[in-house]
Amino acid sequence: MTDARQPAIIAMGLCKSFGEVKVLVDVDLSVPEGTVFALLGPNGAGKTTVVRILSTLISADAGTASVAGHDVVRDSDGVRTTIGVTGQFSALDELLTGEENLRLMADLNHLGPAAGRSRVSELLDRFELAEAARRPVATYSGGMKRRLDLAMTLVGTPTVIFLDEPTTGLDPRSRRMMWTIIRDLVAGGVTIFLTTQYLEEANQLAQRVAVLDQGKLVAEGSPDELKRRIPGAHVQLQFAQPQDLESAARLLGTGSQDSARLTLHIPTSGEVSSLRRLLDQIDDARIVASQVSIHTPDLDDVFFAVTGHSASKDGAST
Amino acid sequence: MTTLALTATDSATLLRRNLRRLIRYPSMTVQLVVLPVLMLFLFVFVFGNQLGHGLGVPLAGSHTSRAGYLNYVVPGILLLTIAAAVQGTAIVVAMDMTGGIIDRFRTMGIARAAFLTSHVLASLTQVLTSIVVVLGVSFALGFRSTANPLGWLAAIGVLLLFAFGLIWLATALGLAAKSVETASNTPIFIVLLVFLGSGFVPASTMPEGIRQFASWQPFTPVTETIRGLLTGTHLGANAIAAISWSVCIAIVSYLWAAHLYKTRQPR
Repeated sequence: MTDARQPAIIAMGLCKSFGEVKVLVDVDLSVPEGTVFALLGPNGAGKTTVVRILSTLISADAGTASVAGHDVVRDSDGVRTTIGVTGQFSALDELLTGEENLRLMADLNHLGPAAGRSRVSELLDRFELAEAARRPVATYSGGMKRRLDLAMTLVGTPTVIFLDEPTTGLDPRSRRMMWTIIRDLVAGGVTIFLTTQYLEEANQLAQRVAVLDQGKLVAEGSPDELKRRIPGAHVQLQFAQPQDLESAARLLGTGSQDSARLTLHIPTSGEVSSLRRLLDQIDDARIVASQVSIHTPDLDDVFFAVTGHSASKDGAST
Repeated sequence: MTTLALTATDSATLLRRNLRRLIRYPSMTVQLVVLPVLMLFLFVFVFGNQLGHGLGVPLAGSHTSRAGYLNYVVPGILLLTIAAAVQGTAIVVAMDMTGGIIDRFRTMGIARAAFLTSHVLASLTQVLTSIVVVLGVSFALGFRSTANPLGWLAAIGVLLLFAFGLIWLATALGLAAKSVETASNTPIFIVLLVFLGSGFVPASTMPEGIRQFASWQPFTPVTETIRGLLTGTHLGANAIAAISWSVCIAIVSYLWAAHLYKTRQPR
């Protein structure tokens, strides 16, 4: 799948070290306009460092990057007027109310009093914060703070938005809500650069996913492309009797059997017709299988395959 | 908008935010005003009689040693007020720098100087308020000034100019601090300088070594200038020294703060 649209974010050969520690090694990225790009990796992989370089907070030791056509070093002011950043740590003023926080952003974006007021009330409604608008942010729940944080980022209607682990620590309902908001933004033409440790999140939201591990990009593609790159889709048949397992294995002539658990794994393309054929074959031979389940590879399998360890591995946070 | 207009607009916006924060979280401000007021009571009512007696100069129409000492010590208390208030500056700057909001400000297209300018202006407002409160208490206790309105204006001007320098210094200390705790401790030496100057007793009465230090450090000429302007003591070269010190502290601290703000990575 090619995309003719202009890339909103381009990075080439980004390197960054903190002291002796190499945090990023030769990272190349390209994010087409109006898409969601997910940078996936465990803690300490360097995801936040990428966001901080692209959002002009720190500079890379080597390599170049531009956002919306502005070079992040030579035209950092140009970048800042087009981007919105919601970091991993809440960037709110806890002593102010939700409404005051948003008004602060409206004023700093020079919206003017009338436009500022209407933008603020629109965002309060959209993010279900209208009821809590006059309460100090210190009294907000984690999910509310995260929503307000994102709402503050949106006051200036940025065209490229960086979200650094936007749903880490959120309950399932708040996470769903965040996903809906992100989808709405993309539908409105905004480009989103997302970092996450959750493979499911990347799968749900992103057109393209890059896997970052120990500062290096180890895989890139659409979630489907990545999943196709690794074997692993199979049907699992569960038997009640060992002789049924034996006969099924003989009949099908393929797959791996687990005699202790009485299961047989048969590789599959995942198509319905092939599954039906398989079950018909067993049925015709009068073999009794008690249960059937289908396993398709998820991004966890991808992660394991490309990095050699699972995504939940803990490392030092950067 | 021009850069200057943009800086002014953004500074005003952030100043409103900083003042609102001071009102929302008044305990720190109150604490910073209560300290000099307590010191005033302590020095006037507990030590005042003996200290006033020791000074041996019944000042400007006062009937007792205690009242004489009150008139002597008010300039020192005013400088203590400033020294205490700038501790708050270091704390609020460090709070912003160690929190997430500084990243938001930095990634927005806001005027570069606005962040520091707004903190300095908020602190100046706070210092002015504290000075008014402390002066009010002093008058209530019987402080009497010989100054005319022009003298008062000059005294407030000198206090604010000196405060301006110390606020920039505290801003730099707040930027340099790795945590809010550090930021609340490092400016304590400023408070100490009030006592090691001529705020509470004349520098000439201090032991060898400290006496030289006291007469050369900036708080002494500033104290003597305020004392001269408010209670009519001899000014001498103190005013020039006070203004020079204030301007020097402001320039050096501003350069340090601007450098730290540009180069320091939050967290």
